[in-house]
Amino acid sequence: MSIRRYALAALASAVFAGSAIAKDYELLNVSYDPTRELYQQYNAEFIKHWQQANPSDKVKIQQSHGGSGKQARAVIDGLRADVVTLALAGDIDEVAKLGKTLPDNWQTRLPDASTPYTSTIVFLVRKGNPKGIKDWGDLVKNDVSVITPNPKTSGGARWNFLAAWAYGLKAGGSEAKAQEYVKELFKHVPVLDTGARGSTITFVNNGQGDVLLAWENEAFLALKEDGGADKFDIVVPSLSILAEPPVAVVDKNAEKKGNEAIAKAYLEYLYSPAGQKIAADNFYRPRDAKVAAEYAKQFPKLDLVTIDKDFGGWKTAQPKFFNDGGVFDQIYTAQ
Amino acid sequence: MSRRISPVIPGFGLTLGYTLVYLSLIVLIPLGAMFVHAAQLTWEQFWAIVSAPRVLAALKLSFGTALCAAIINGIIGTLLAWVLVRYTFPGRKIIEAMIDLPFALPTAVAGIALTALYAPAGLVGQFATDLGFKIAYTPLGITLALTFVTLPFVVRTVQPVLADIPREVEEAAACLGAKPLQVFRYVLLPALLPAWLTGFALAFARGVGEYGSVIFIAGNMPMKTEILPLLIMVKLDQYDYTGATAIGVLMLVVSFILLLLINLLQRRIETP
Repeated sequence: MSIRRYALAALASAVFAGSAIAKDYELLNVSYDPTRELYQQYNAEFIKHWQQANPSDKVKIQQSHGGSGKQARAVIDGLRADVVTLALAGDIDEVAKLGKTLPDNWQTRLPDASTPYTSTIVFLVRKGNPKGIKDWGDLVKNDVSVITPNPKTSGGARWNFLAAWAYGLKAGGSEAKAQEYVKELFKHVPVLDTGARGSTITFVNNGQGDVLLAWENEAFLALKEDGGADKFDIVVPSLSILAEPPVAVVDKNAEKKGNEAIAKAYLEYLYSPAGQKIAADNFYRPRDAKVAAEYAKQFPKLDLVTIDKDFGGWKTAQPKFFNDGGVFDQIYTAQ
Repeated sequence: MSRRISPVIPGFGLTLGYTLVYLSLIVLIPLGAMFVHAAQLTWEQFWAIVSAPRVLAALKLSFGTALCAAIINGIIGTLLAWVLVRYTFPGRKIIEAMIDLPFALPTAVAGIALTALYAPAGLVGQFATDLGFKIAYTPLGITLALTFVTLPFVVRTVQPVLADIPREVEEAAACLGAKPLQVFRYVLLPALLPAWLTGFALAFARGVGEYGSVIFIAGNMPMKTEILPLLIMVKLDQYDYTGATAIGVLMLVVSFILLLLINLLQRRIETP
């Protein structure tokens, strides 16, 4: 009897004392394909950081990876993600719109439009660059064959497409010229895989194509892998796009699991020098100026257009370019 | 104890109830939900989606390649079943076990492996390149992947029937003066055909819906090598659930009609 009373008292004090008492956290981070290594490293670092302030807490972080659009749909359909870290803002917009699990203005809640790290689109070519590819204009030369995933099914491929469009616009001076350029470019594409990893397999393992349009971090990874540096070179074009993969807390899910505070801290810590360094080590461009200066050698400077300034954000770009009947469909159906 | 007339099949009520609940949970409700979702569209909207040139091109490709794969397996599969039933040779058990492997293997693995082999620079694909044609990234490649995935169907449906026909039947026919081809045409074929059609229909239906293995070898070029299930995925990636279900309904209706025809054909064969 007395034992039970004691236990009850202990339970009550645990409830009221709140943060002073050890807690078990289980956080689910739903991300896209190429961030696997990045978050493995970051999770360990974050748990260390959290336990410095709350030494008795137990923190377990699970990661889920897949195509960005598919991951967004999983969260919409009920996957209990505390945070989403996806390939493009458009996908998180849909989670907000269809899932109603986070507010529409989610992107204003963290610095730099909720994008702690960025990347860009570069060319991966065969060693020695036998076709002499230096810039976007070289991709539409006679015998060059280009590998890129399908922008209809791959978030990464949408960045590729918009980077190509930006070049076409700058070189040609008009939207009509830009469309001509991308149409010509896609005539040089023999295979449209459904995701970025599929395209990498097509280019690296199956030996298709002379150039792979890839995220900078994916291109670096390909070089880092066994013998990759002996087989491929990275070519940085004169102009590309600032690929901004954003992050957000999924409020409703985090609330239900009592994870609001730790989920917020998890994303905020990405902006700390330690978080920024891990991003840079995994070949994502850091936002922090100091860390960026440290890694300046790794990331060559180039002209970058942005989705918000040059394309009016995903809310404009997605329907214009990629939805049914958009520019991408016109390239293939109006022949 | 009350006296009741027991039904012909014991436990009829129970088994029927079980069957209905089971079928509803597994088949009817999911498919019904799809039709309900697609019903949000007006008839005009539905028609606009399913009659788009890209959908029609994909429809032709999906059903065409599935049909080709089913025919190939219909012939080769019967041959395989024949060899396995009628002959004993060293390694027969191993081959027997290999037949089922395409079922066990994750389809994506099959797709990647086939693509690596049959890509223009691949181990087998390079010979095709020398001869001036491509296998991977063409409808030929899609047919190949489907042939692989649907291989077990015909073999496994024909095999037991073939095993049930004793050798003596063939010998008797031969004694009565039938030539080998006649034995096949008048003795074996009528017995095999219903099972063969079942295997054929299963292989065909499986091929139409196959996604995982095809997606790597198809190349996915719009209007050329884009299969219908891919178009569904494309719609889903635009969060266009309704458009996706519209194509799903189209596939289902076409498949249902074709399977119904095969079933009717089967019945005519079984009851001459």
